[in-house]
Amino acid sequence: MFGFILRRLIVTIPMVIIVVSLTWGLIRLAPGNFYTGEKKIPPAIEKNLREKYGLDKPWYVQYGKMVWNIVRLDFGTSLKYEGQSVNSILARTLPVSATLGFLAYLLALFVGVTAGTIAALKQNSRLDYSSMALAMLGISLPNFVLGPILVLIFSLTLYWLPPTRWGGFPSLNLILPVITLSAVYMAYIARLTRSGMLEVLRADYIRTARAKGLSEKAVVLRHALRGGLMPVVSYTGPALAFLIAGTVVVERIFVYPGLGTYFLNACLNRDEPLIIGIVAFISISVLIFNLLVDIAYGFIDPRIRY
Amino acid sequence: MNGRNGNILEVRDLRTYFQTEDGTVKAVDGVDFELKRGETLGIVGESGSGKSVTNLSIIRLIPDPPGKIVSGEIIFDGQDILLLKTEEVRKIRGKRIAMIFQDPMTSLNPFMRISRQLMELTELHLGYTRDQAYEHAIKMLETVGIPDARSRVDSYPHEFSGGMRQRVMIAMALSCEPELLIADEPTTALDVTIQAQILELIKSLKQETGTSVILITHDLGVVAGMTDHIIVMYAGKVFEQARTRELFATPGNPYTKGLLRSVPDPTSEQGALYQIPGLPPDVAHLPPGCPFAERCERAEDICRREFPPFVALTPDHHSLCHFAEEVYSTSKREREARAGARSQEQVLDLE
Amino acid sequence: MNEDKPDIIDEPARTQPAFDTLGTPPKAPIRAREGDTIHPTHELIVGEGDVRTAERGEGEFIAGTSLWKDAWKRLLKNKLAVFGMIVVAIIILVSLIGPPIVKAATGYTYDYIPSENQKSYPPFTAPDGSFSWTHPMGTDNAGRDILARVLLGGRISLMVGIISTIVSLIIGVSYGATAGFLGGKVDDLMMRIVDVLYSLPYLIVVVVLLAFFGGQSALSQLFLLFVALGAVSWLTMARIVRGQVISLKNQEFVMAARATGVSNSKIIFRHLVPNTLGPVIVYATLTIPQVMLTEAFLSFLGFGVQAPLASWGSLANDGVQNIAIFPWQLIFPGVTMALALFSMNFLGDGLRDALDPQMRKV
Repeated sequence: MFGFILRRLIVTIPMVIIVVSLTWGLIRLAPGNFYTGEKKIPPAIEKNLREKYGLDKPWYVQYGKMVWNIVRLDFGTSLKYEGQSVNSILARTLPVSATLGFLAYLLALFVGVTAGTIAALKQNSRLDYSSMALAMLGISLPNFVLGPILVLIFSLTLYWLPPTRWGGFPSLNLILPVITLSAVYMAYIARLTRSGMLEVLRADYIRTARAKGLSEKAVVLRHALRGGLMPVVSYTGPALAFLIAGTVVVERIFVYPGLGTYFLNACLNRDEPLIIGIVAFISISVLIFNLLVDIAYGFIDPRIRY
Repeated sequence: MNGRNGNILEVRDLRTYFQTEDGTVKAVDGVDFELKRGETLGIVGESGSGKSVTNLSIIRLIPDPPGKIVSGEIIFDGQDILLLKTEEVRKIRGKRIAMIFQDPMTSLNPFMRISRQLMELTELHLGYTRDQAYEHAIKMLETVGIPDARSRVDSYPHEFSGGMRQRVMIAMALSCEPELLIADEPTTALDVTIQAQILELIKSLKQETGTSVILITHDLGVVAGMTDHIIVMYAGKVFEQARTRELFATPGNPYTKGLLRSVPDPTSEQGALYQIPGLPPDVAHLPPGCPFAERCERAEDICRREFPPFVALTPDHHSLCHFAEEVYSTSKREREARAGARSQEQVLDLE
Repeated sequence: MNEDKPDIIDEPARTQPAFDTLGTPPKAPIRAREGDTIHPTHELIVGEGDVRTAERGEGEFIAGTSLWKDAWKRLLKNKLAVFGMIVVAIIILVSLIGPPIVKAATGYTYDYIPSENQKSYPPFTAPDGSFSWTHPMGTDNAGRDILARVLLGGRISLMVGIISTIVSLIIGVSYGATAGFLGGKVDDLMMRIVDVLYSLPYLIVVVVLLAFFGGQSALSQLFLLFVALGAVSWLTMARIVRGQVISLKNQEFVMAARATGVSNSKIIFRHLVPNTLGPVIVYATLTIPQVMLTEAFLSFLGFGVQAPLASWGSLANDGVQNIAIFPWQLIFPGVTMALALFSMNFLGDGLRDALDPQMRKV
């Protein structure tokens, strides 16, 4: 087990380096520079700028410096937000995005697992069909359509909830963004739970459990749920990667000062240290999260040994 | 107390149908049998003959939909199980009627410790506390011959071999000292050497506890030494029923004869094994006549046209065949002709 | 005469009728919507009925034809899939023939900015506020007809969806087939790479790519989108094809090809790949809406399709700015897109259930 974690962490580091190098390469290969903006800059100032940011050095020196920064987890200073270190920006924006993502995933798990289990137990009933059609709608309705529509209904028409802006935790401002972000995952998890449960409910060991005289509740909760949720557990890894993309959209719609908003601005402003910092941070957290999921897998399924 | 005339179980005209895209599958279509307290009944048939569905029907474990018990009576200890409420059936399942399934690899919950799976039963049905149930679980594992039971009781199923898992299944089934044990192909998924051990175990436990047993199998060799009575099923119907000794000695149905011929006989010199030609029929689209007619050596026109009668050859020996009497008397003659032959002796001595 | 005799009475289960009475309760009817699981690998067999036909010596070809015919029949029985199929067909048709009709009827094209009345009008409203058929979906801030733009958006979104899916198909099928065919350590390595790629936040790298390389011209941006989206959506396809190839490669026709000295690449692409067609089609159908959604996501953030072209995502991006005052600017493209994706997903699900009920979806 310990060896497994260690091995996985060792693989993680090159993975992060690869993703970040790819990003760095893209930035460097792109035409133009962060300072080539609207107006022409005199050559003397350009030379100064290049020296200041180390752009006069050969590429491998710059690349080495970037990698070294990642290894010590210090990503330097933002170009756009002058005087602010990338780390301080991360520290400020992460809580916003993490709150949003975490709450959304919790909600999705709760609603999705409940709906999926009920649909599986009542397979081919009207309830099953309607909840699965709703889930399909959840998958098909892009969050940038759902979000504004929710705002239109609940904020601008009914005046029940504030339309936008971060209001800390907990606050009413979180309700619409969290629902918007979690809709897709709710839908996916409901579908995964349903099919996972359907498969497990047909398993021989469920028949054994029934033959023991257990109540339907005990059969489902004690015997079936665990196996039925395996697909949901394995979906958690990929879901996180998508959750981050979703956060970018939701933060944009609801004007949240989160990681996603800063990432978008950094891309638009060609703020290289900030982009690298955010990409590296996201890659590291996604990979670590995946590792946690794999470990959890081992706890849930005793047949898996590392 | 013992229900009517000492029978622990009477099944009357049981019909269990499945709705499929292909039409209605009459998996069990009018099955009758009874089992006396303390006796062992063998149900023999090819796959698809309805023998497992019959037994799942007894404890009402037919998945509905697509399956449904359409009609019949299942009288267990004087009570018709089909008339009971679900909760009442649950009190019978696992406590008074226990089942052992075919594949021990998949029949135990892979996510749960063996101890938990055993304790569940006694906690539920006998009201044991955790500690009592735990001790009982260990005792049961010892009873079924699992060495070092105390240290292995907390293992997960995948840490056991196939034979050991089947022993666990048996321990589980016998936890509440059931009055009826249904063993559905308990040895099919196991290695040949393990098969013998498991059968021996069931036999000896049955003798100790006095439980009645239904043993479902496709292998006549398995039932020969274990049962008092045998019913042979084909295409959802009982083709023949008789005392074990009688059935082996003088079968009254061509299908049973075919089955007996396909049992390898170590003393015979013939090289190739006999095999009934053809495949079991598609139960969703049965012809009007005898379902076995297509594969039967004795079949005549009437067999394809008319459904055969269930002929009583003796009060305790019935056969579903237009020519039951004829087949029966042929069997008798053959038996007399070979009376001294060693191979026949062996079959008879098995009882 | 005892236990140690082989199974002779019972033939193996493959020759069984429609359901299995040997202990296992029968599975739900074949078409029951049971396929919605994640499964790491997709080892898929033809329907049981076809195995039977094939075993009776009528050859693979017949089994194949009846597989497609049965699948079509099953698909038609699935109401939601038929609904999806019809809606998808209508959307494709309307996107193709709609713009010239709109132009003929109202004079508006997707980029036509009227010289006056450059403001946003609600649906069915003329500049003087009276009812009018000219703009059934209203106009945008520049006075452009939203219907014309939604139709163009449909063309672009569908094109991006289909072309990127083809790109992902090419990568995924070659990769998966190679891994599955070569097997062993190569397979392990190749699939391990897929596992790792699965868990990478590739979308943010795509955003960086588009942010830095995009914006030259609307067309080069489109091209970039095809490649970027195709390059990130082949992973599941590779897994499916690999599973298929593994289950196929030990079959007789492949053995025969090998024995006669056919080269590996020919075996892969002539013999194995064509036999994986069913699941590949199913998954491709499901990939199109996913890719369209990703495109919309990128366009919504401003990194996708650039003006004067429009996709449903970029229209939604324009619309969301004015949601409080001009909600129709978001609602029409947004709802159209949701409807399209919804029907495509149903069609894909239906195809999957029809082609193979065992197949699971990621």
